[in-house]
Amino acid sequence: MSDVLEKTSSDLREIVSFTINGQGFCIDIGHVLEIRGWTPTTRLPHAPEFVTGLMNLRGTVLPVIDLSMRLGLGRAEPNPRHVIIIVKLRDSTVGFLVEAVSDILTVRPEEMKPTPDVASSLTKDFIEGVFARDDQLLRALDLKSIMPADQGAL
Amino acid sequence: MTDLRTAFFEECEELLESLADGLSRLEDGADDSETVNSIFRAVHSIKGSAGAFGLDALAEFSHIFENVLDKLREGELTADADLMPLLYQGGDHLSYLVEAANGGVEVEPDRAAALIADLRRTAQGDGFDEDEDASDLSAVDVAAVDSFQPIILDFGLPDLGSVTTQAAQAGPSRFEIRFAPKEELFETGHDPILLFRALGALGPVEAEADLSNLPEFTELDWDRPYLSWTLMLETEASRDAVEGVFEFVADLCELEITAVAREGTGDDPLPPSDDGTPPPDEDDGSDEPGGSDPEDDDSTAAAVEPAVRSEPEAAKPQKKAEAGTVQKANRDTIRVELERVDRLVNIVGELVISEAMLRQAMADSSMSAHGPAANAMGQLRQLSGELQESVMAIRAQPVRGLFQRMSRIVRETLRETKKNARLVSEGEATEVDKTVIERLVDPLTHMIRNAIDHGLESPEKREAAGKPAVGTVTLSAAHRSGRVIIELRDDGAGINRPKVREVAISKGLITAADDLSDAEIDNLLFAPGFSTSEKVSNLSGRGVGMDVVRSEIQALGGRVSISSEWGKGTVFSISLPLTLAVLEGMIVEVAGEKIVVPTTTLRETVRASEAAMHMLGNSERVLSMRDGLVPIVDLGESLGFRGRVSDFSDQSLLLIETDTGQRTALAVDKVYDQREVVIKGLEQNYRQVPGIAAATILGDGRIALIADTDQFTSTGPGTAVAASMGTDLFDDFSDFGV
Repeated sequence: MSDVLEKTSSDLREIVSFTINGQGFCIDIGHVLEIRGWTPTTRLPHAPEFVTGLMNLRGTVLPVIDLSMRLGLGRAEPNPRHVIIIVKLRDSTVGFLVEAVSDILTVRPEEMKPTPDVASSLTKDFIEGVFARDDQLLRALDLKSIMPADQGAL
Repeated sequence: MTDLRTAFFEECEELLESLADGLSRLEDGADDSETVNSIFRAVHSIKGSAGAFGLDALAEFSHIFENVLDKLREGELTADADLMPLLYQGGDHLSYLVEAANGGVEVEPDRAAALIADLRRTAQGDGFDEDEDASDLSAVDVAAVDSFQPIILDFGLPDLGSVTTQAAQAGPSRFEIRFAPKEELFETGHDPILLFRALGALGPVEAEADLSNLPEFTELDWDRPYLSWTLMLETEASRDAVEGVFEFVADLCELEITAVAREGTGDDPLPPSDDGTPPPDEDDGSDEPGGSDPEDDDSTAAAVEPAVRSEPEAAKPQKKAEAGTVQKANRDTIRVELERVDRLVNIVGELVISEAMLRQAMADSSMSAHGPAANAMGQLRQLSGELQESVMAIRAQPVRGLFQRMSRIVRETLRETKKNARLVSEGEATEVDKTVIERLVDPLTHMIRNAIDHGLESPEKREAAGKPAVGTVTLSAAHRSGRVIIELRDDGAGINRPKVREVAISKGLITAADDLSDAEIDNLLFAPGFSTSEKVSNLSGRGVGMDVVRSEIQALGGRVSISSEWGKGTVFSISLPLTLAVLEGMIVEVAGEKIVVPTTTLRETVRASEAAMHMLGNSERVLSMRDGLVPIVDLGESLGFRGRVSDFSDQSLLLIETDTGQRTALAVDKVYDQREVVIKGLEQNYRQVPGIAAATILGDGRIALIADTDQFTSTGPGTAVAASMGTDLFDDFSDFGV
């Protein structure tokens, strides 16, 4: 019995869900270091449009990515209610600017459905699948394609 | 085991350093026993440890080298002009072998063979054939240890009377070592054979296994050690060195090291010289087996006499004394992982930022500037400043090691170019950040190769020019106004400017019509793709040009400049920050963003309203200075923060001058103050940004970018960036559909 339980729990996945432009998204909690309130960022010259700027996380300088812009959903107009999800992938740490963090959910991997074809190609490129929860669709972001390794950290 | 290996190589590095140090002192005429002994000790220690780690090539070469040094120590050889090159080569080769063992480089076997032959011949010279025998014997001896067959070696030993004399300090002593490994010794992967080999490296060893505890075969427990050994070691090494062999297994075995007195001397435990003991014949002392000294007989029969310990102990203080400086230095230092220091540096960096934030918050909250809080704040500020300095000092290291490495490069280059020169180093004690030192190795190596290959003339040409046949290359380091200046001077031919010009024209770097000043021509050496060498030599023309040298130095926040006088020589001067962690910068504002402009390149600030600006063409502006026109670059525009500003009148101009003398006036909106900022790299979490060197955190917790001023000059190596900034980068991201 306990064997079964253990097996099941290790198969489960915890995800952090958040909203961008009214749409639900999620990422694996393993990549999330912490969640911070919005702070003004320092503008970066010659940065792609989806890079909002640099922020100071207790002495570490990290870039903040406007996920809305990155996903082709238009530029976010950050206000104090926005949050920054600090994410670690490979060796670099970046902040994701999102509207709000909604929940931490436990899901089974097999619950993930393939992305429907209707989504716009840009959005689709960055999504590895979707979870359906309480009538809401959570799009699971593919961090590796959002932060490609061959572009340096970005 | 990896830890031990790491420790071994760290130790080797130190030993090689003291070896090089000793050699250069020796060359300078310090022919005292302390110098020779320190050299000997270094090689000897490497040999011992190399043996323990099974690094046979290293151990073998150290042994051969040691034989020569031994002769030197005994006074049979003198460190004259004939011997010095050989010693240097030996030292160099030893460094190579250490590197090779550490997985660094391949060693050329041919050169080693010639060198080994040379060393062997030197060691054998002066009719000392026995030495070769001795080394052979000791090799056999170590092999014998493997099979646990005692071989009795009767070596001539100096008598006790020699203890106070120079030679006797080096005189061999005997140790009886009882060694009974515990189970844990084998469990932790140690092997008695390796220990015995390490002992063998100290001198001839006889090993005798004690089988008495061995049970009947049927009762044998495979996991338990039953054997113990009694080893007789005859060595010139100190007791410390013998104990050192067992250092890593001290808790894993029962060990008893007893100094054994010899019969003839055993009766005479007194430290001599006042008892009429005749001074020993130094030359015969340790090298003639069964030699002429009547007291030498029957040494193996010598009893273990704890009472007569005075022999090694009498010898020991002297060894200690001569080793004094070296050992003391070791004791006063600790090895700390660099990572720990870096963590400390980071934390202190944060502290300084927090302190600045607190100060700003207090200033904003209209608190009294003289109240107790303000006083405490002032104290905190001072303390955090001191703390920061002290922490930075931990990372600082003298450039000695770097310079010694360079002297190796000099010798190597001289050998290959068949030129003759000596390296003079000055200011070796100057301390620089460890990372800076490490990253200087490549550029300096290249510069030195260049200086010798291109700078120095052949001996014949030098003599024809009325200069001494032996050239001088001077490497100096000094602190000057918060920076480190490293200079490489040669007394060679100097830069052949007409030829440089010619080459630059042929390579399309300049046109024949260009009128260049001498300094501008000199700086062409740093231009990408430039090489004055007519035929690409093995040395300098390795596809790396001086442009790479310069960019490497710039990456360290340094500047390199060149000055040369035809026929007299060339001086390369590198100016470096003391640390890579902080930087002195001017805080300016551009398009609402605060930017830090490093003061290293900053020459002057001018109010635009007071400056003489002229339009050039449609929209380009130049600043008219006393000595020429300087192009004006709007920092905000070139960083892509805003479009072209038509009215500069409210702006300030920062006059920037690069290493190459390129000048630019950077237009900024506002100039705040000058302060030290903590450097935060962007590459870790983002990537390099054109025009930006790094970032920092200001007092209010906001991030400010540090401008890379070299990239804003209108010509020169980093130039194109300013012009093409923006377009290229967006191409990079076109994949993302941006």
